[in-house]
Amino acid sequence: MNTRAIAVIYRAEMMRAINTLFQTIASPVISTSLYFVVFGSAIGSRIDSIDGVEYGLFIVPGLTMLTLLTQSISNASFGIYFPKFTGSIYEILSAPLSFYEALIGYVGAAATKSFVVGIIILATASMFVDMRIEHPIWMLSFLVLTCITFSLFGFIIGLWADSFEKLQIVPILVITPLVFLGGSFYSIEMLPPFWQTVSLFNPVVYLVSGFRWAFFEVSDVNVMTSLSVILIFLIACLVIVSWMFKTGYKLKE
Amino acid sequence: MDNIISIQNVSKTYDNGFVALKNVNLDIKRGEILALLGPNGAGKTTLISAITGIVTTSGGSISVDGNDTVKEFREARKRIGLVPQELTIGAFETVWNTVRFSRGLFGKPYEPEQIESLLAELSLADKKDNQLRMLSGGMKRRVLIAKALSHEPEILFLDEPTAGVDVELRKDMWQTISKLRDRGVTIILTTHYIEEAEEIADRIAVINAGEILLIEEKAKLMQQLGKKQLIIELKEQADQLPTKLKKLPLELSSDGLSLTYTYDINADASGITSLLQDLKEEGLQMKDLQTTQSSLEEIFVDLVSRKGGAQS
Repeated sequence: MNTRAIAVIYRAEMMRAINTLFQTIASPVISTSLYFVVFGSAIGSRIDSIDGVEYGLFIVPGLTMLTLLTQSISNASFGIYFPKFTGSIYEILSAPLSFYEALIGYVGAAATKSFVVGIIILATASMFVDMRIEHPIWMLSFLVLTCITFSLFGFIIGLWADSFEKLQIVPILVITPLVFLGGSFYSIEMLPPFWQTVSLFNPVVYLVSGFRWAFFEVSDVNVMTSLSVILIFLIACLVIVSWMFKTGYKLKE
Repeated sequence: MDNIISIQNVSKTYDNGFVALKNVNLDIKRGEILALLGPNGAGKTTLISAITGIVTTSGGSISVDGNDTVKEFREARKRIGLVPQELTIGAFETVWNTVRFSRGLFGKPYEPEQIESLLAELSLADKKDNQLRMLSGGMKRRVLIAKALSHEPEILFLDEPTAGVDVELRKDMWQTISKLRDRGVTIILTTHYIEEAEEIADRIAVINAGEILLIEEKAKLMQQLGKKQLIIELKEQADQLPTKLKKLPLELSSDGLSLTYTYDINADASGITSLLQDLKEEGLQMKDLQTTQSSLEEIFVDLVSRKGGAQS
């Protein structure tokens, strides 16, 4: 195993975030604060608590997931798309390392960045609400699993995309709606029965629900179901990526 | 000299049906400079990409220092440095970091002194903290060379190294290449500039339409195919060649104002003295004399068009 190669890819990807440290930290802090000002204070003060959890607090897990998913996908997809775009990918292809080693470097870095962002968001949120985390281990596990899974998903998008437009299209057209309709800001029990059923086909519902359970022991679906769904999604991503590597899809002619 | 790269029956057909390589066989000797000469689209870059693992081959096998490039790709690739044709380089990292990155990719530990001396050798020392996007085209080319050499490869591929490069950089580059050769590095460069091949290569392989047409020692090639011509301009127009001169390899131009005498530079006697004597005897007065030697370029054009003609 070429661990040095993994290390330099990881390092180079992390350097990108460190070089834009202000942006890396400031943007989640600002956007989280805005959500709290709008939803937590302005609107939240007029909304009853949900399942015994004050609304401002209730939205913390969903809000974290929202940013986590978008960040993971955009970090990882951009990380692999950019060398494809500039052509500097030739170096990865001609180096003595396997695709999987490259994957560990890219996805590892993207997941690390999202994890850090997730922690920053939780820290920012705790300035607005009295944070309560019933199951810290579960919370961290969900956080890590989500970062890895969605970074991997982003990596797939980055491999697949052959234009900046395609790179943006999945996050905008698929992920954002799924997250907003995934119970980030409400409990799906608040929906009419028909939409409750529809929501069960949205994987993000399971993520948010499981993550929220780790905080407040309040969930829309069983926590084990949540864990299974995210694991299934992770495995699906691994299957897709290994097929891409095997066939050299969009990497090698 | 043993072979460091051995290419056997390699072919490549792209997904769109384009046949880039047809059954290529080529052995590259350890320590030589091989020029891969061919027009645009001849398959030069595809051949390099096949050896370095950037494209998969449709058939055949390649070994690098005895290691199969597919089965033992790590061992094979460790030995190779590649300078691509296009200025394919990131934008925001610094010169130093990108060279460090390349070295790490090839599994070598980070050694600042090594990078320092490499950058100095390529006149990049004062640019080490610059972002890549701030560099000129020539400087980017140097950075690509530094990246390719960062892991101290035994084999260096230079794909069109002097495309869009100014005279000074070109001179520098030749110096770097000959220094590398002195260190025992095998160098393969592709070019469609004949002078380049003529100037620097030990052997020349001519490739066209995915086929290796010829591979030969440069000196031998020049000799084998090298002919010299003596052009004699006449003072007065001649209607036809005097009978005495008809048996010589001599041609009268259509305007009757010049004679072209073709001879072999390797022959014991050129026959020029007796030709001039004969001309005098026949009463043909000379205005001017000049000689030309067929360059590699003519040899090349001749070869490519002959092959093309044979096919059609």
